[in-house]
Order: sequence, then structure tokens, then C-alpha cells
Amino acid sequence: MSLAVGCRARPGKARDNKTGSWRVFKPVFGKEKCTLCGLCMTLCPEGCVHETEEGFITPDYTYCKGCGICAQECPGEAIEMKQEEK
Amino acid sequence: MVDKTLELFDCGHRACGGCGAALAARLVTKAAGTNTIVVSATGCMEVFSTPYPETAWKVPWIHSLFENASAVASGVEASLKKQGRTEKVVIMAGDGATFDIGMICISGAFERGHDFTYICYDNEAYMNTGIQRSGATPYDASTTTSPAGKCSFGNKRPKKDIPQIIAAHGAPYVATASIAYPADLMQKVEKAINTVGPCYIQVHAPCCTGWGFEGEQTIAVAKLAIETGLWVNYEMVDGKVVKAKKVVRKPVEEYLKTQKRFRHLFKPTRQDAEIATIQAIADRNAEKYAIDIKLKKE
Amino acid sequence: MMQITEGSHAVADAVRLCRPQVIAAYPITPQTHIVEALADMVADCELDAEYLTVDNELSALSACIGASAAGSRTYSATTSQGLALMFEVCFNAAGMRLPIVMSIANRALGAPLSIWNDQQDSISLRDSGWLQFYAEDNQEATDLHYLAYRVAEDHSVLLPAFVCFDGFILSHTYEPIDTLSQEDIDRFLPKFSPYERLDAADPISFGMYATPEYYLEFRYEMDRALKESKAIIEKRGKEFGQMFGRDYSAMVEGYRLEDADTAIVAMGSICGTTKDAIDEMREEGKKVGLLKIRVFRPFPTEDLARALAHVQRVAVLDKNISLGAKGAVALEVKDALYGSGIPVKGYVIGLGGRDVRKKDIKAIVGLIGKGQGDMFYGLRTEVL
Repeated sequence: MSLAVGCRARPGKARDNKTGSWRVFKPVFGKEKCTLCGLCMTLCPEGCVHETEEGFITPDYTYCKGCGICAQECPGEAIEMKQEEK
Repeated sequence: MVDKTLELFDCGHRACGGCGAALAARLVTKAAGTNTIVVSATGCMEVFSTPYPETAWKVPWIHSLFENASAVASGVEASLKKQGRTEKVVIMAGDGATFDIGMICISGAFERGHDFTYICYDNEAYMNTGIQRSGATPYDASTTTSPAGKCSFGNKRPKKDIPQIIAAHGAPYVATASIAYPADLMQKVEKAINTVGPCYIQVHAPCCTGWGFEGEQTIAVAKLAIETGLWVNYEMVDGKVVKAKKVVRKPVEEYLKTQKRFRHLFKPTRQDAEIATIQAIADRNAEKYAIDIKLKKE
Repeated sequence: MMQITEGSHAVADAVRLCRPQVIAAYPITPQTHIVEALADMVADCELDAEYLTVDNELSALSACIGASAAGSRTYSATTSQGLALMFEVCFNAAGMRLPIVMSIANRALGAPLSIWNDQQDSISLRDSGWLQFYAEDNQEATDLHYLAYRVAEDHSVLLPAFVCFDGFILSHTYEPIDTLSQEDIDRFLPKFSPYERLDAADPISFGMYATPEYYLEFRYEMDRALKESKAIIEKRGKEFGQMFGRDYSAMVEGYRLEDADTAIVAMGSICGTTKDAIDEMREEGKKVGLLKIRVFRPFPTEDLARALAHVQRVAVLDKNISLGAKGAVALEVKDALYGSGIPVKGYVIGLGGRDVRKKDIKAIVGLIGKGQGDMFYGLRTEVL
């Protein structure tokens, strides 16, 4: 099989790299304190924090690297970093 | 208006956790929108986003070399113009590719007046190759090629003023921004891509690995740079500063103390003279851009 | 229609007929007349192209990369130091599989500085993945541009191409040229159809990096495409011949070679002088012939071995030197004839514009007759 001419690719394949496996600390989003301000969604370098259909905000743990920016910046202190259990 | 739900920089990229540049890529593409072609220079962002075949870019993207992104973008723009196409051309290059190796191509491209937006994500050193000093490295920062040592306080030169150099080329819109102020950053990107001609935005993008702080602190560190006056967010239209973010300034050491690259200024002994020199840089910035909020005397 | 034209202007006119959409170039002697002529055409609306006056040659080829990836037919021209400044970009354009065509008005590389002709510049980029065509005269220089675009843009090739013609000797010489019309060229060279392009409607990432799991294969595929381009050159070269009477299907071309015992192998304008020298030597009863190499990359190893199978000795003229080794063409010819038992000797000649005359060609034939070679020819006596 040939490779893509000129080392090119269409989007989508980055998702094969499941960066959630890098995580040491896991952000746990507390529903009670969350005001849905969305700052965590804006500031996530992975772009993996999203709003669920039920209206809660949660990271996609498949890709969340556990950097902790969301917890650090959350104005309501609704996110807690907990040691990852694997 | 920026569509906040739009994600054009995909999950799965290999940036360090807490990477300022990755956040910059996300915010810039979000602001630029889908009708965009991104031209990247070699560097951290290029490498963490495009190991074949795992591209993180959901917009058309091209990388050629380290020094030539603005020349490649010139060609892309000329081609689009010839074809009557409407995509906007956005360059994404690091400070090494911008301040140092890319300067000839940048100068030529800005002088020719191509319609593109050049984003420099500024993490103040060559991070991809292991934190070597660039023309963007601040005074006294310790890097692997400007290490602090027995007879060295780190980088001996202040940061090069690239926005002024770009503005002197007649660029219609030049701005600085920070990942710590995402709404401001995205607004500036939007403004730049909708301004005809070559525009430049320099985005302060702290690097937790290279500067030596925990990834969770990336935004906090970027904020402190602004709050101490060591980074100023401003806009220049037709060569004139029209707006700068005002702050109640904190002493520079509040910023310096957060990062290992400045640790030698505090340990084993506090270097008051060096800290004072850095404070003077912040004071000059504050005066030049009139950023100080004067508090009423009690 | 026959017209007496300067080589550079004839090339510029051929480029115009190829309808490049983006041109990016930087002035350098002896190439400059080409891009000046193209600038005139754009200024007079005779050529509808975006013309970028870039800041240096590295930018010129980089702009071509951007424009080609965005979907335009692109063109640049350079020589010597300019090409050397493009070194990195040349490898890049080929690896990105962008069919850019660039004219090289061959010139020596400094130091010492020399603006005069040899072929060290393009030869030094033999490993870069570009097709390399070499013209004997200005008619061929113009025609090879049409062929270069036709072959480079073929979706089974997708590699950039140099069209090399000797600086000053051809670029600044007036010769009669059979000028083709736009209709002619439009029949031969279809509108540019990029294999893929940068397009918001179908986002593709160009120029990704390859990990050790993939890099080897990407290089293999480039090598394969370059080797397989021989068949495309043959096909399109023949088609050109059928249309306009000048057949470029052969990558090597013999002159009075059928019954020759001594073969000279050469590239570029020196072939003209060599042919004249051969005619005179033939009158003296010497069985000398020429094998001209028109395509240096891909190298026509088998064609060359076949064409030279019957000769007793081969003298290779090199207007370049791989310092510390031999001339690059001689090395290739020795490789092609390895095992045949035919002795091959290389002669480094004409570097930095040193004139090569008929009597020099005859002297080289004399040298190989005595088994002397693998040498610089024509050195000043004080260095000996």
C-alpha cells in the first residue's frame, strides 16, 4: 500500500493518539459549584472540555492530559484534581 | 463573531499538558474560522500537531521549513488571489522562527503587502530543540544556551521589539496578546484577518516545560506577565499604538519567582541589582504604553 | 515560426506559453533576463500571472511551494549562488511532491566568485528529487520547459523539475528559435490540475513530519516516482515530437555513435561543439561519436548502457567536479557501464566559464586513446 503522496493527511487521525493515558492527576468536575461559565472549556489546551446533553460540563478523559489548568482557573473552585487510579 | 463551539485544533496532539502554544493554536483557529489556510513554521507547534498521519489541524494546513513560513504564505495568498478564492491565510510560527531565522522572509512578505495574518506564538526560546535562547528570550532568563552560572545571570540581552519592526514595514494592524486573555486574543485575530494587508499578532504563550513551572500555572503565569508590565497587550493601527491594557502593576519579582528560569535571581542569594534591572524594563514598558492605573491616594 | 531571439527571452516566451499562474523570482546573473522578460509580459498584460518580487531565492522557491500547494502552476528561475541558497527548499519542494518548474541558467559556484558557466549548481542538487533536463541549444531549452511541466505535473510523477541551460553560452546567445503558438502549447500542456490542494472545502495537512516508521518509505516512493517518470518522459517527449517535429522521447541521444569506437558523453551546450569536433575527426577517419545526456535525473542508466554497449572507450566531459572524487557525470557513466569492461575516463572541463573549443575535444579524444583520463583538462601550467 502506498503512503499519502508528499506526507499529507486529512483531519481525524490525531484522535488515534489517546492522550488521556498521560494523566497523573484527574480533574473531577463538581456539579454543585459549577456555574457553567465555560472558562474551563475556553482555557483547555486540548479542547476536550465540553457541555454534556444533560447540561453539565465535563472533560473527555480519553484526551484530558490532567494538566490542571481548568481546576486552577475555575472561579467557583468546582474542579478538584485527584490522583489518577489506574 | 467568534463561534465559541468551533474546534479546529483537534484532541490527540502531543503538546505537554498545560502547553500555552497548544491553547494559542486552539484559540487562533477558533477565531479565524473554517475559511482559513494555516501556514506553520517548523517548531514545537508543528511537531506536536503533525506526526504523519495524525494531524490535529481541521483547517487546511501547510508546513515547509523553519524560516520560510511568510514566503510560503505569500505564495498561498498569491495563488488564492489568482484563483479568486476567499480563504484567509494565517501564519503560525514560534518566536525562533519569527524573531531570528525567519526575519528576511518576514521583512520581504510584509514589504510586499500580502493579505495575511502572522501569528507569532511567543514562548521566549527554542522549545522544540530543548529551550535554547532566541531573540525573544527576556533579560536574565536562564536557557540551555544562556545558562545562569557562576559568572552569568542568564540571557544578557532584552527581548527584541519585533512588533515595532513589523509596524515600521507599514503593517496596517499589529497587536500583542496573551493566552491568559482569550476573548481579547480572539477579537484581535478576528480584527487582523478582516484587515486587508499583512497583520501581525504576537501572542504570549508560556511554556511550562521550558520556563519551569507546573502546567496548571500556565494561565496564572501569563497573567502575571501582564500584571507586572513585563508583557503589554496593545494594538497598533497604521504604526500608532491605539490601545493598551491597563493594570495595577505588581512588582516584577511576583512574576519572576514563579519560574525556574529566573530562580538564580533569588537563590542561593537574592540578586537585587538584576531584579532592579528587570523592574526597570517593566517601568519603561509601563511608561511607553501608559498602562498604569493610578489609584487614588487614601 | 522561426525567430532570432536571445536564449533567455526565448525561455521566457516558452514559460509564458505554459501559463504559469504564480511566478516568484529574484535577480541573479546570468538568469536575470528571463525574469525581466516575464515581468515585462505581466506589465503589458501579455501574461496573466501573479508575479512576486521576493527578497531572496529561498523566498522565491518557498513562495512557489505555497502557490503550488494552493493549486497554481508556478515558475521560478535561478542559478549558482541563488540555487545554493535554495538548497533546503529544493529538497523540501520535492519531498512535498509539488510540480514546480524552475529554469537554471547554469553558472559556477563560489568561492572564488564566478558569474560564468559550468554546471556545478544544478549537479550539486542531483540528490534533491528534482527532475533535471539539460539543453544543448536554445530550441531545446524552450521545448524542455513544455516537457518539464507536462511530466512533473503527471499524477504518477508529482516532482519538481529543473530545466538547465548553460549561462551566457545559451542564455545570452541569439539563435533562431521555432516559436510555438499558444494554441500549440495548450494542445500539449493541459490546464494545471493539482493532485491535491490547500482548500477550506477539503482540509488537508501538507508537509507533516515522518517518524522513523515512515520516513524510509516516503523516500522510497520519491525514488520510485522519479524512476517511473522515465516512461512519462518517453511518452510525452514522443507526443511532442508528433505534434511539433522535435522528438524528446529519448533521455540520451547519439550522434554518429552507431559505428563509433570512441564515445564522448556530455551534457548541455558542449554537445554542439563536440558534434562539430566529431565531424572534423570523422573526416580524418577517426571513429568518434557523441552520447548526449538530456535527462540527468532520473538517470538513464539502462539507456546509456545500451547506447554505449558497442564502443571500445568512453570519455565523459564534466562541467562540474565532486571535489575529492570525480565529475558527477563520469561517476554515473562508470556505474552504468560497470561490468561491461568498457573503460570510462572522466575529464573535468570548462569550469567557471573556461572556453572549451573543438581542439580541446580532439585533445581529449587523443588522451583517452592513450588511456589517460580521470583528470582536470586544460589547466594552466603553473599549477602542474
